[in-house]
Amino acid sequence: MDQLQLDIWKEPTHPTLPVDIHVPFESLQSVKAFLEANEIEHYIMINDLQALIDEERHEMQSTRFIEPRNTDNFDYAQYHTLDEIEFNQMFVPLFQINAFMDMLVAENPNLVTKLRIGSSYEQRPLYVLKFSSGPNRPGFWIDTGIHSREWVTQAAGIWFAKKIVIDYGRNQAFTAILNKMDILLEIVTNPDGYHYTHTTNRMWRKTRKPNPGSSCVGVDPNRNWDAGFGGPGASSNPCMETYRGPSAHSESEVKSIVDYVKSHGNIKGFISIHSYSQMLMYPYGYTKTPVPNQPELHDLARRAIANLASLYGTKYTYGSIITTIYQASGGTIDWTYDQGIKYSYTFELRDTGRYGFLLPANQIIPTAQETWLGLMTIMQHTKDNLY
Amino acid sequence: MHRCVCAALAVLSLVGASPTPGSAPPRSVPWKASRLDKPNEHVIFLQYGETEPALKLKETMPVEELNPTHYPARRAAAVAQHFLNARHGSPYKWFHVEQVQSATLEEIAGVGAKYHVVFSAKEGVCNQSVGLCTADVLFPEAGGDQTAPQVQCSCEGPLAINASAQEEAFYRRLRGSNSPVTGNNIPDSFGFIAPDMKPLWILAGVASSFVMLKESNENTLYNLAQVANVTQLESEDKQLKFQYHVLLHEMVSQEIIHWKLLVTWAPAGGVSVLHPERQPHCHDCVLPPATAPKERSDPE
Repeated sequence: MDQLQLDIWKEPTHPTLPVDIHVPFESLQSVKAFLEANEIEHYIMINDLQALIDEERHEMQSTRFIEPRNTDNFDYAQYHTLDEIEFNQMFVPLFQINAFMDMLVAENPNLVTKLRIGSSYEQRPLYVLKFSSGPNRPGFWIDTGIHSREWVTQAAGIWFAKKIVIDYGRNQAFTAILNKMDILLEIVTNPDGYHYTHTTNRMWRKTRKPNPGSSCVGVDPNRNWDAGFGGPGASSNPCMETYRGPSAHSESEVKSIVDYVKSHGNIKGFISIHSYSQMLMYPYGYTKTPVPNQPELHDLARRAIANLASLYGTKYTYGSIITTIYQASGGTIDWTYDQGIKYSYTFELRDTGRYGFLLPANQIIPTAQETWLGLMTIMQHTKDNLY
Repeated sequence: MHRCVCAALAVLSLVGASPTPGSAPPRSVPWKASRLDKPNEHVIFLQYGETEPALKLKETMPVEELNPTHYPARRAAAVAQHFLNARHGSPYKWFHVEQVQSATLEEIAGVGAKYHVVFSAKEGVCNQSVGLCTADVLFPEAGGDQTAPQVQCSCEGPLAINASAQEEAFYRRLRGSNSPVTGNNIPDSFGFIAPDMKPLWILAGVASSFVMLKESNENTLYNLAQVANVTQLESEDKQLKFQYHVLLHEMVSQEIIHWKLLVTWAPAGGVSVLHPERQPHCHDCVLPPATAPKERSDPE
């Protein structure tokens, strides 16, 4: 075992207590093989120690430099297929997601561009990946991570980004979609919140903007949209998790999307992804009045979750927001629908409460895979029913 | 690896209402959906925590069919889940609703809202289905002295899943240990739970069910979000005793609500929750890790 050059951080002391081992890159495959062959339960605490040290150094020096690496080898060992991406088996911090996006663009310059649609309250860039096979196409929007504690969603967003570049040109159904529509993917829709969940409070949901006259910070970005704003289904108290904010679109994280959607002018589908509850919902949340094309949206949802369930049997419920989960005013897809984006949906990903927000990392990829099937159904329908 | 050695005791299915204290649980006939055809049937509601029938009602009101995928039915099923866990949970037994099959609602003037819900459920440790469960959940009308819902629930499948080998082993390990167990952030941010912390997490889920049951109403949906910390305490009797600080997630308000609970358990008896204390609403709480208690005999 000496040749593996293992550096033991926490020695074995008792059969029930964990051992922490720092494994050099070259030995990774062997160590993993040994652990798996002996059915020794293990997990990765730090997937790239050097990156962590670099980040710390970078933060201390306040200069920006990220060593570019390949998205296939991102942070690690080897991947064989998309499904085995080690990086995507972890919940990774913001700087790694930013680096991932840059690498994806660098590797796929004819397909992917990174747009900056604005800045968060704490001046973090709000990035959207645009996947496009040609000019002047209608757009299909997907966002993840608008509520920062819903970590499986940002992780799924990363997986979707990689899936898109792999499937275009290889998967017939998806290639047909991207040949007709651009995909716009905002992976970290609330970067201030995401950073905060990593550094301070794992259960943080809102933005990080202070509220004048209150010691409580933040606005619920999914109650801040101009749809039923001010009505029941949101709080007027800055100390509450569903605080709507002082006015509609007061949060830059929301306003940036509003401005982008309006200036784009040709977005035909809009999906906002949350966790948890295992639901697929269409508007409205703020009112019981059904949307005009409810039968179509209801049937499309039915088909989408049937396809989602086909992979691992994961059961979703579906319906309008207000009947399926609760009344919510100022919500994203109520606004997008009222802008004329007919195919507006919101997902609540795994699970149904057992782990809740703290979904284990080993469920990231299965969740992303099954969700993708649901997304494909909606994207396909949108492409076939452009308006 | 958390090896599951679970055997189902086949015949006895579990009944939530014990008509006479001290008697063995009766064998029950699985409730059928045809109860809807018997509008004059007497219904016995069991007060949470007691074994005597507390309320007898005659059903005469019209019954409204509910969409099982909409939230009212699901919230009622969640309440029944909390009831099952409070009654039958252990560090190796944790029940979850899988899917709501059907539900009805009856508004009873002067009393409250009575839900009848049929749902499939599963025990999560052994990953074993308990088949269809049928529950009556009465949310009392606001303004009365009753705030907690009253629940009666029984399931088709065996709730008396035999996890006694693991329960005994866990019990002996913690009783015999010289250093009291402590834990923080279970699961951690990444959803990881150390194997030796898993029964403490499940016990937290079961103990939290007492609180979640009591706190539930038609406008809430509770889940255990995380165990902030747990400390084993010295106990005067043969029970294991723990001080827990748990984070509950309430879905409708999206709030994280902190509770401190004193929890006791031994394999023979069930879980008991003493001194549940809701912590003041803390908008941005960062909790310190658990430390071993200074005086082993003094709970916090």
